Amino acid sequence: MTLLSVRGLSVTRRGRPVLQDISLTVAAGEVVGLIGANGAGKTTLLRAMLGLLSHRGQSSLAEMPARDRGRHAAWMPQAREIAWPVTVETLVALGRIPHLTAGQRLSETDRAAVDRAIARMGLDPFRQRNATNLSGGEQARVLIARVLAQETPLLLADEPVAGLDPAHQISTMHSFTALAAEGRGVVVSLHDLGLALRHCTRLVMLEGGRISADGPPLSVLTPARLRTGFGISAWIGETAQGPVLQPLDVLH
Amino acid sequence: MWACAVRSKIAAGALCLAFGGAGAPALADTPAPQRVVSLNLCTDQLAMLLAAPGQLRSVSHLAADPRSSAMADAARAYPANHGRAEEIYLMRPDLVLAGTYTARATVAMLERLGLRVETFEPVTSLDEVPAQIRRIGALLGRKAEAEAMVATFHDDLAALRPEGPTRPRVALYDASGYTTGDRGLAGQILNAAGLANIAVEAGLSGGGYLPLELLVMLNPEAVITSHPYPGASRAEEVMRHPAVAAVGTDAARGTFSDRHWVCGTPHVLQAVAEMVALRRGLTGAEGG
Amino acid sequence: MRLFAGLALLVLLLFLAALVIGPAAIGPGDSLRALVLDDGGPVTLVMREIRLPRALLAVMIGAGLGLAGAAMQGYLRNPLADPGLIGVSGSAALGAVIALQTGLAAAALLALPLSALAGAMIGVTLILALAGPRGGSLTLILAGIAISALAGALTSLVLNLSPNPFAANEIVFWMMGSLADRSMTHVWLALPLILAGGLALALQGRALDALTLGEDAAEAMGVNLTRLRLMLVFGTAAVVGASTAVAGAIGFIGLVVPHLLRGFVGARPGRLLWASALGGAAMLLAADIAVRLVLPDRDLKLGVLTALVGAPLFLHLIYRTRRGA
Repeated sequence: MTLLSVRGLSVTRRGRPVLQDISLTVAAGEVVGLIGANGAGKTTLLRAMLGLLSHRGQSSLAEMPARDRGRHAAWMPQAREIAWPVTVETLVALGRIPHLTAGQRLSETDRAAVDRAIARMGLDPFRQRNATNLSGGEQARVLIARVLAQETPLLLADEPVAGLDPAHQISTMHSFTALAAEGRGVVVSLHDLGLALRHCTRLVMLEGGRISADGPPLSVLTPARLRTGFGISAWIGETAQGPVLQPLDVLH
Repeated sequence: MWACAVRSKIAAGALCLAFGGAGAPALADTPAPQRVVSLNLCTDQLAMLLAAPGQLRSVSHLAADPRSSAMADAARAYPANHGRAEEIYLMRPDLVLAGTYTARATVAMLERLGLRVETFEPVTSLDEVPAQIRRIGALLGRKAEAEAMVATFHDDLAALRPEGPTRPRVALYDASGYTTGDRGLAGQILNAAGLANIAVEAGLSGGGYLPLELLVMLNPEAVITSHPYPGASRAEEVMRHPAVAAVGTDAARGTFSDRHWVCGTPHVLQAVAEMVALRRGLTGAEGG
Repeated sequence: MRLFAGLALLVLLLFLAALVIGPAAIGPGDSLRALVLDDGGPVTLVMREIRLPRALLAVMIGAGLGLAGAAMQGYLRNPLADPGLIGVSGSAALGAVIALQTGLAAAALLALPLSALAGAMIGVTLILALAGPRGGSLTLILAGIAISALAGALTSLVLNLSPNPFAANEIVFWMMGSLADRSMTHVWLALPLILAGGLALALQGRALDALTLGEDAAEAMGVNLTRLRLMLVFGTAAVVGASTAVAGAIGFIGLVVPHLLRGFVGARPGRLLWASALGGAAMLLAADIAVRLVLPDRDLKLGVLTALVGAPLFLHLIYRTRRGA
């Protein structure tokens, strides 16, 4: 089942093309890793697909009414903003907003979704803690839990694992894999190519605002593309514990 | 004095200075001054009433303002001054008339320059009016005219004496909730017209702030408010408060204005006449 | 719910206190009886025409300012945002003064509050444009200072140009606010706009909650940011405009009340809205009672008291903002 379909998407900012002619689809069961160097257009692509940026071309998400979109796709921006000292539980429950009608309070269903999201991110001990007093990594997990609580078929996250310790990086990626296994779709931008290789079912690589590769991780992460797209060399190998990528050096 | 308490806060400082007559110097039979300049609204008016043609050279600019002056039209015939020492000195006056409270610096400067300056205290009662008329008359060498004016003043005041013993209770209510006591010219005007001032009941013989609530509780038969200035001010809004409108009877609404209430000149009788008419409205047929 | 009941009770008690306190010595029982039953005498007149409108205005304006403060803070995600501090009240006062001195207010019934609304609208639009989507404290304060100064200077100029000699002395009223000698006319003049503006703000609770996560996340959850911004501008301008038109610029209520109540509502911006409305009503009632008790013979300005409470808190918040940065 297709959850997202983008066709001929372009974004121009201050007369400069930032994204050109992007087409892709995301189906249920996929964890799509969006990779590319700084400035390649990952964040712009995610926001344009959601309809948060003016663009040309089509995106099935951007064409939805705002409320329907909120029930179909959850979005975790890169900026980890928690403006007020609310409890972790309150913050995670904000993810239920698209499911509530005006003036409606949280139902049992909503509370169950919040509980599941908190449990999934291992936040039960923090439940009543003040979210602004948590460490950066803990806040990131709370914000991921908020996105999970939205319980949408599709999830888009902009660098969700940046700043997390290795254990939480891996467990977050496992959560995404588990969601995909439940029949949902995940699009996640990543800088850690090793994580991308091991946990994504598919990678989309951006170079200069265009898709330079789209396919299974091992077919995308070739030495040639690592050189042109990232300017690095890397060791890539199949091991008993799965595929491994270790960046080695900067190429001049 | 009430007017000074209230109005001296506003721009028109010179406006509230009537004059009074203690300590007029003994006058020798010197030749009458021929270049007289007046700096004060009240001396302006008496000088205009008494001076010989050509004798008065300038009056204050306030004298031509119809809101504060009873003789605005007449004053336009004279060059106006703004009470500045320089402009006065250049007029080369041989007599300067001034109030005791305004333009003190100007007066001091003019005296240092050797000019003859006569200062006048504000008038606080009707009884003081004849003395002031006579003092100005003497200074201008117009004693006969002054005596005639005093005689007319007495006659006119007598004609206005209210009949009947009833003294309806009224309030003078000005901007910012200021009321006027029985001391001072305005209080005396009420008294002469046979009206009782409720400010006395409120313990404000000298005038002062009367909260709106207390005004309502004192329940006067009429509230006499001042004429609003153009433009708008919150200070004057209180006079149009619905509670003020609800006090007293509709038959007797009065207003007072600086024009007739501030200066101790014969024009003050106009204010007395208006208050006598107001009293007649309050007492009905009594005194006809 | 306990908070709601507590605040509502506090407002009720203060409202009754405001009705029985005044320069005229009338017993509490007598005064309330005369308020309900027309005795045809001066006591009923005092209660219905002088004390009742004053207490009603304190409730309306206090609630409106508390609500506007909470909404502005929620939108800008900054606890320093207060309609008075950021120049919205000052611009509203300018609008009101222009309407009064040009004679517009005398010519048309609603010209006074509408002109104040227009002034407030300009002020709040300027602030939002200058402070940007996420109001940084420094920009917010600096923009507020500039707008307040400009509005204050123009208000002063208009009053000084007035042919009315009293007007020039009333700059203090427009800067500090007072409810002295207001009448039911003022209640009816301000009520429609305060109600409409208050409703527009009160309905933004969920959008403001969502905004806790930032504009992007909120928009992706279905919050219409354009609509939110419009409602906020209109609501704040209507509430502050109508309040300032009849009572002058009363500062700090929108700062102090949300700050005091934030802890009681778990910092949720949506819940803070109605709590601040009740808290604002209580604070202004208390301030208006205090000005009558402290200096009964003078018209002590409300802004003096609110600033005495609010300014130290403002300094504290600035200090905390700096430390957090």
